Amino acid sequence: MHAESQIREPLILGNKTYRNITDDIIAPIEGKANRLWYILFTISVLGFMWGIGCLSYTIGVGIGAWGSNNGVDWAWDITNFVWWIGIGHAGTLISAVLLLFRQKWRMAINRSAEAMTIFAVLCAAIFVTLHTGRPWLDYMLFPLPNQFGSLWPNFNSPLLWDVFAVSTYATVSIVFWYIGLIPDFAMIRDRVVKPKMKKAYALLSFGWGGNVRHWSRFEEVSLVLAGLSTPLVFSVHSIVSFDFATSVVPGWHTTIFPPYFVSGAVFSGFAMVLTLMLVVRKVYKLEAYITIKHVEYMNIVIIVTGSIVGVAYLTELFVAWYSGVEWEQYAFLNRATGPMAWSYWAMMTCNVISPQLFWFKKLRTNLVFTFVLSIVVNIGMWFERFVIIVPTLCRTYLPSTWNTYSPTFIDVGIFVGTIGMFFTLFLLYSRTFPVIAQAELKSILKSSGEEHKKAAANHAHH
Amino acid sequence: MATKQIIHGIFSDEVPLLEACKKLRTSGIRIKDVFTPFPVHGIDPIVGVPRTRIAICAFIYGITGLSLATLMMWYMMISDWPNDIGGKPNWNYYVNIPAFIPISFEATVFCAAHGMSLTYLLRCWLVPGAKAKNPDPRTTDDKFMIYLELNEEQSKKADEILRSTGAEEVNYKGTITIEPKY
Repeated sequence: MHAESQIREPLILGNKTYRNITDDIIAPIEGKANRLWYILFTISVLGFMWGIGCLSYTIGVGIGAWGSNNGVDWAWDITNFVWWIGIGHAGTLISAVLLLFRQKWRMAINRSAEAMTIFAVLCAAIFVTLHTGRPWLDYMLFPLPNQFGSLWPNFNSPLLWDVFAVSTYATVSIVFWYIGLIPDFAMIRDRVVKPKMKKAYALLSFGWGGNVRHWSRFEEVSLVLAGLSTPLVFSVHSIVSFDFATSVVPGWHTTIFPPYFVSGAVFSGFAMVLTLMLVVRKVYKLEAYITIKHVEYMNIVIIVTGSIVGVAYLTELFVAWYSGVEWEQYAFLNRATGPMAWSYWAMMTCNVISPQLFWFKKLRTNLVFTFVLSIVVNIGMWFERFVIIVPTLCRTYLPSTWNTYSPTFIDVGIFVGTIGMFFTLFLLYSRTFPVIAQAELKSILKSSGEEHKKAAANHAHH
Repeated sequence: MATKQIIHGIFSDEVPLLEACKKLRTSGIRIKDVFTPFPVHGIDPIVGVPRTRIAICAFIYGITGLSLATLMMWYMMISDWPNDIGGKPNWNYYVNIPAFIPISFEATVFCAAHGMSLTYLLRCWLVPGAKAKNPDPRTTDDKFMIYLELNEEQSKKADEILRSTGAEEVNYKGTITIEPKY
């Protein structure tokens, strides 16, 4: 058996047995939802419904329903798209990159983080589908033989790379998630007594048995999928940043964009994981599995990625000045001091200053503070994309086209709608799916469980 | 024709399970299968399961994806309708290759990941509607099971080993008749 250093804090608190883990994970599925769940669910569904209304209106009358104008072609749409897809990145990072680095603390949070990834990518998909203006023609994005002669999409365009990157990312994430879910669905299938539930989980578990060969293949598949997802997740946000970086718009045409976008994505994604997991651990009483230590680890990732983002902001300013290109210099001057300077400073405060507070151990182990800060970070990251897109497009090369921007009711409605959809899906997921990868967690109980660690320590002293 | 006894050896911990597996193997008893609630590391060589070759499949699928993407982009951008985009004409694939790298990569990952996952699901026969493969439902919760199919003489020996290594239960689940292979 693999022994773990005593210096490492236990990842599973209390004196848990394998049976306890099963019971704790299945409790929200077998039990009834409490009032808080119903309140949150109602709010989310209402938001979702409002979003569907605004979305239908947009499809009916066209994207002129948004606050878009001559310069600002897509209103909030691309801002929201980049924000959502960025949030998705933490799920893959936790399940893939941390698996490759053998970080065992991922096991308590990877399932929900991956669920978050999939729901966030679905929200992002709404915005990319819509931004074409005529979503019913979106099939033309794919290289299909068509009736327009031999007309193909342009493979030299980063926008097409994005189509391939996002669709690969979405489908691979779903498959990775589902393969991990199969053994846990099997556990639920073998446990539940209600015949309808048993049938449903039997169908979902694909007949999993858990014999040696299956586990051996399961582990190999997880490892290889992690190896494939790791470069994939970096490529997706790099390609999203190419949408901007390969253009000739001052303020966008910078080589720093790919790493800057990727770290920003991880930053916002971890913040969203924290927002969700702090609620999940409380509502479903999973404090023994998602411990303060887990929260601290995630906050450390937030400090690191937040600092990278901060350095990127400053580098952008320096390079704009050092390049001597007046357009480039003006783009940044306009962001920081122009009519929308408030959004720039909101971004700076939320993304650069606030995560630095996590250097204090007291703060990064404080759950209420972490919860508030995780929301602040996500507000900041939304503003980052807003700052990159909107103020830049309000000041194009031709001063006569300069204008300003304000969102309409519809803009706000669609955005709120996707937030509603995200939480609706997450709340449904948390009541029907195993929110923690229990099979994986059982495999570290002996090495990282609190009681087992104490027993090992006592044993070593004798 | 041979009649064999089906034996379920149930354990509640993986340490005695591994020990039992080792002892069974050293006394020449073939372990048909072991069912566990989570992957028990180091059990494969003891039970005699060779390393899976599924990663090799992934590599082959990846190469296939890369080739298909290259062929597709060459056909669409170079052969069928070459365009001159931003003063950079698509006369041949080689000079334009930087623009084709992102999609080549995505297609490689797409085919490798989905191909391997499908292979995994089909090889393990994990499909919607498949029957549960674990004979005892407790093995997805907190029990570990050694599954044996043995003749009478070996059954006695196995029973002894299972009980001595700490099996909680040794269940006899009837017999099966194995037709000889010609």
